[in-house]
Amino acid sequence: MGIFDIIGPVMVGPSSSHTAGAVRIGLFCHRLLGRTPSGVVIGLHGSFAATGEGHGTPLALLAGLLGLAPDDERIPHAAELATESGLAYRFEDEDLGEVHPNSVHIHLESEEAQLDVYGSSTGGARIDIWNIDGFAISLDGEFPTLLFVYPDRSGTVAVVSAILANAAINIATMKVHRTTRGGQALMAVQLDEEPSEGVLESLRHLPHFQQVRFIPALGFGG
Amino acid sequence: MRTMKEISLERFIQKVEESGQPLSEAFLQHEITETGKPREMLWELMRTRMAVMNQALKRGLESPQRSRSGLIQGEAHRIANWAATGGSLLGGGFSKLIASAMAIAEVNACMGRIVAAPTAGSCGVLPATLFTVAGERAVSEEALIRAFLTAGGIGLVIERSASLSGAEGGCQAEVGSASAMAAGALVEMLGGPPVQVGCAVAFALGNLMGLICDPVRGLVEIPCVKRNALGEVNAVTAAEMALAGCGSVFSADAVIETMGKVGRHLPEEFRETARGGLALLPIGDGMSPDQARA
Ligand code: SF4
Repeated sequence: MGIFDIIGPVMVGPSSSHTAGAVRIGLFCHRLLGRTPSGVVIGLHGSFAATGEGHGTPLALLAGLLGLAPDDERIPHAAELATESGLAYRFEDEDLGEVHPNSVHIHLESEEAQLDVYGSSTGGARIDIWNIDGFAISLDGEFPTLLFVYPDRSGTVAVVSAILANAAINIATMKVHRTTRGGQALMAVQLDEEPSEGVLESLRHLPHFQQVRFIPALGFGG
Repeated sequence: MRTMKEISLERFIQKVEESGQPLSEAFLQHEITETGKPREMLWELMRTRMAVMNQALKRGLESPQRSRSGLIQGEAHRIANWAATGGSLLGGGFSKLIASAMAIAEVNACMGRIVAAPTAGSCGVLPATLFTVAGERAVSEEALIRAFLTAGGIGLVIERSASLSGAEGGCQAEVGSASAMAAGALVEMLGGPPVQVGCAVAFALGNLMGLICDPVRGLVEIPCVKRNALGEVNAVTAAEMALAGCGSVFSADAVIETMGKVGRHLPEEFRETARGGLALLPIGDGMSPDQARA
């Protein structure tokens, strides 16, 4: 926390949790896919469902999915922009159970993949992405992040750390999450700095992984 | 004896007391140490944030802002016009003060671009206070930037010792804190010593002690926009008291801590849940906002 967290962030109103945080959840999804999805089904939970409309939460989520930052003045026009960009969207109310009141489930579709992302806006534009495709995780988007999905077996962690160490990139956190179904694992690696395109390429070419995704740090805008 | 906390207003005040530097210098030094960013960069960053605030202010004054819910209908613009036709009760400066805070808060309510200060709901208080008084008193840009830094520093102390969130501490933590930040910043901007900055913070926060958060329909519109004007008028009041030499019998840090305690004692109904206070009243006793206004 510093002076510019108090006098900031720069954002489109009206609410840091219901608007700016919602943009950041959408933006996380955009970066996760590496592009604007072709279709989304957005399940609004709790307060997002109850007071979201008046706070512009649906527009904020769409804006993020289109790749806009929380301080982008085009956020109020996100619905038109989505139609122009060929993003088909549908909103539903969805009960996600005993989770944070400002939560959302986004089903993402693109030519390349289908993903289900669950996240919450936890206050002051901060977010927590707590489930991706059935893996219980916890990511706040504040670090450049690598995600790997692979058949659970030993040695995988070492391969990734070796490549990052070689490129002198510091690992902030590294966590492996497992699902029971099919012995799949998801590894989330938060980095202290952005890896170069070259490093990303060598990671993507490793034979171990079914999916390798890179999510640049989201920042807070302005 | 009470031990002094790691981050307290008193500590910052002591740092500059002997050298006679303004309080903003202590906050700036702290920020440089914490972030490792050079002074010029921080200075420039504040200038950019001020430009965004200025744009929001212009937009809210020049064009009537209407929110999606219909609860906000360009009231800032209305006040500015009314004052311009001679309606003002205490002269143009005072009307401008009120209209400015509401203008920025309305831009926020209508999905415009603002700077949270410290929150989006209370974003009008600080910039409107500083811009309006700076305009009236022909203050230099440097003094204005320093005032914003001081405001940020005061906010930092409140964040550490109490809270800046309506959901945690009620509106006293949002509009109250914004008001205290603005009051202290005003004192520095007008040349008052750091001790007087502390007094202004104590007065401003003490005056709004216990203010609940009760947003109608859970939206950041009513009473939020008008409370921004309240926070601002309260800030100017507190700053004038301090600059005139009125001393506070409580330290600013003690008042800040007390605000935090009061916040924790507020029932949940009064902490942004829209289940208490004004949030429970029927709007216009069943009339639509437009009918209620007619
Ligand atoms: S009433 Fe609540 S939402 Fe409105 S400004 Fe105050 S703290 Fe923020």
